[in-house]
Amino acid sequence: MKVLVPVKRVLDYNLKVRVKPDQSGVDLSNLKMSMNPFCEIAVEEAVRLKEKGAATEIVAVSIGPDQAQETIRTALAMGADRGILVKADAEMEPLAVAKILEAVVAEEAPGLVILGKQAIDDDSNQTGQMLAALLDWPQATFASQITLDGGKATVVREVDGGLQTVAVELPAVVTTDLRLNEPRYASLPNIMKAKKKPIDLKTPADYGVDAAPRLQVVKVTEPPKRQGGAKVKTVDELVDKLKNEAGVL
Amino acid sequence: MALDAQTRAEFIAAVRRFVEERLRPLEAQVADEDAVPEEVVADMKALGLYGLSIPEEYGGLGLSMEDECLVAMELGRCSPAFRSCFGTNVGIGSQGLVMFGTPEQKAHYLPGIASGEIVTSFALTEPEAGSDSGSVRTQAIWNGEHYVLKGSKRYITNANKASLFTVMARTNPDVKGGGGVSAFLVPRSSPGLSVGKPEKKMGQQGAHICDVHFDDVRVGPELRLGAEGEGFKVAMQVLDRGRLHIASVCVGVAQRLIEEIIAYAGARKQFGQPLANFQMVQAQMADCKTEAYAARCMALDAARRRDAGDNVVLECSASKLYASEMVGRVADRAVQIFGGAGYVADYGIERFYRDVRIFRIYEGASEIQRLIIAREMMKQGV
Repeated sequence: MKVLVPVKRVLDYNLKVRVKPDQSGVDLSNLKMSMNPFCEIAVEEAVRLKEKGAATEIVAVSIGPDQAQETIRTALAMGADRGILVKADAEMEPLAVAKILEAVVAEEAPGLVILGKQAIDDDSNQTGQMLAALLDWPQATFASQITLDGGKATVVREVDGGLQTVAVELPAVVTTDLRLNEPRYASLPNIMKAKKKPIDLKTPADYGVDAAPRLQVVKVTEPPKRQGGAKVKTVDELVDKLKNEAGVL
Repeated sequence: MALDAQTRAEFIAAVRRFVEERLRPLEAQVADEDAVPEEVVADMKALGLYGLSIPEEYGGLGLSMEDECLVAMELGRCSPAFRSCFGTNVGIGSQGLVMFGTPEQKAHYLPGIASGEIVTSFALTEPEAGSDSGSVRTQAIWNGEHYVLKGSKRYITNANKASLFTVMARTNPDVKGGGGVSAFLVPRSSPGLSVGKPEKKMGQQGAHICDVHFDDVRVGPELRLGAEGEGFKVAMQVLDRGRLHIASVCVGVAQRLIEEIIAYAGARKQFGQPLANFQMVQAQMADCKTEAYAARCMALDAARRRDAGDNVVLECSASKLYASEMVGRVADRAVQIFGGAGYVADYGIERFYRDVRIFRIYEGASEIQRLIIAREMMKQGV
C-alpha cells in the first residue's frame, strides 16, 4: 500500500515569532524554517507502517516555495521513498492545498493519506478535513494510535475529555496528534542517501487547480502581554478578591 | 567527499539537535555515574557518528576533513565524554587502517568500525614512552609464523570497550627510535591480551582509559599494518589527522562555554546591574569570543588545505596547540565570570574546566606541537 504524507515548511518551533510592524503577517526574514512538528509525526508514522510491512511506498508532498524541497529532503532522510514539490510562492490557503492534494491523490492512488492535524504557523486545522470531503473518503482526525488491519484502519482519537476509537475503511485520510509517536532523528547516512531520492517538480497549474486566495487577512497581532500576579496577605483577602474582583466565587 | 551546502546544513542541524535534545540533558548524570548510558551509545551508532571518517564504500560517511571539523565543532557543544565513545573510531583507532590497511584488512574491519559494532583503540603510549613515542618498548618478535607481542601500554582511551587495537610495537630491537617500530591490528580476543581497570581521572568521567598488557600475544603477518618499520610513520600520520578533529572539538567546547557566559553575564546582577555591563567582564567575554573565532578559522583553514592535498603538518599542530590552549583560557574565564557558581558543581562550569585540561596533553602535548611547528619552520623556511 502506498502512503501519501503531505508536509509543510514552517518557522522552526524553537523560534519566537515576531509580528510585522504593519500587522500584515509574521516576519519570516532570515529565520530558520523546519518541518511542521505534526508533519514530522505523520512522516514517522508512515515510516513505522513501512517498517512493519503495512506500507510499501511513502511519498512526501509539499506545497510551497523552492526551499520546501529541504522539508521534503528531511522526510526522505527519515525514510520516505520519493517526493513531490508543488511549487507555489504565494501563501496557500487550506482549501487550495486540499484541492492540490486531491489531484495528487488522483495521480498517485495512495491507500492512506497521513498528515499533521494542523500547522504551527496558521493553526488552521482544515486541510485534512477538506481533503477527505473533496475525495469523499472517510477521515480520522487527531490520531494518537493507528492500527491497520486488512482494508480498515482503527484509529484512537484524542478528543476533549478522553479518547475515542473509530474504524474507517481504506482509503482514508488520517491526521496526527502530538502523542501518536516521537519522530526519529534522521541519521547522517540517511541524510546522504536522501540526496539520491527523486523529487518531482510540479505547479498548481499542472493539476488544473485555481490556488487564488479566498480569505483576506485583516490583521495579525501579538498576544496580550501577561500581567504580573499579586500577592495577598490573608485567606480572607484572597476570598474577598475572588468574590469581588475576579468574580469567580 | 565534500558535502554540498544543503546536505552539510542538514548534517549540522541533525547533529546539533541530537546534542541539544539527547546529550546535554544527561551531562551531569554521565559525570556522576562515570558511564554513558547504553541506549545513548545505541543512538549515537544509529545516527552514524561512529562512521564519520570511514570511507563510504565501507559503510561510513567518508566526510571531508572540513566537514568532519564542522561536525566535531557541534559535538564539542556538550560534555567531551560523549564524543569519546566514538572518538577513537573516527580518529586514532581507525585511521591507521584507513590509510595503511590492505584491501582485505579494510573489508574485514571497516564496516564494523563504521557501524560501531567494533570499537577501536590506539595503543602507542607506554609507561616509559609518551611524548617520546619513538622509544616504544613493547616488542613484536617474528618467530617464523607469528609476531609475538610482549609489553604494556598505558592510558589507552576506550581500551575497556575496544574489540580492536592498533598497537605500536618494536619489531627490530636492534634499531633504536621510530625506525624499529611496526603497527599491528590486534583483536581484543587474542589470547594473552588483557585490559586493566579504568584509571580515575581529573575530568571527562564517562570516558575511560586503561592499561593494556600483551603477554606473548601471537599476531599473524596478515594483521601487520603497513610495512615492517613503518609503525612510527603510521602513528604520526594518524595523529596528524586527529589534531584537526581535536582542535575542532576545543572550538565547540569554547563556543558552549561562551553561550553559558552570555546567558549568565546577562542575567546575574551585581551592584544593581547585569555582569555584562561591567567592562572587566566585557573584556573577558570579548577575549573568549575572539580567541575561539581565531581557533575556528585556523582549524577550518587547515582542514580545507588538507582536503586540497596540501602538506599541513605545521598547520595541524598549530591549530591543535592554539585551540587546546584557547579552550583552557575560556574555561578559566568562565569559572571567573560565574564566580562562586563557577566553582560549584551544579552549574557544570567546573566540570568543563576539568574536562578541557586533557586537550593540552593527549594526541600530542602542547610542547610536542611546538617542537613540530619549529621543525617544520626550519624545513620549509617560512
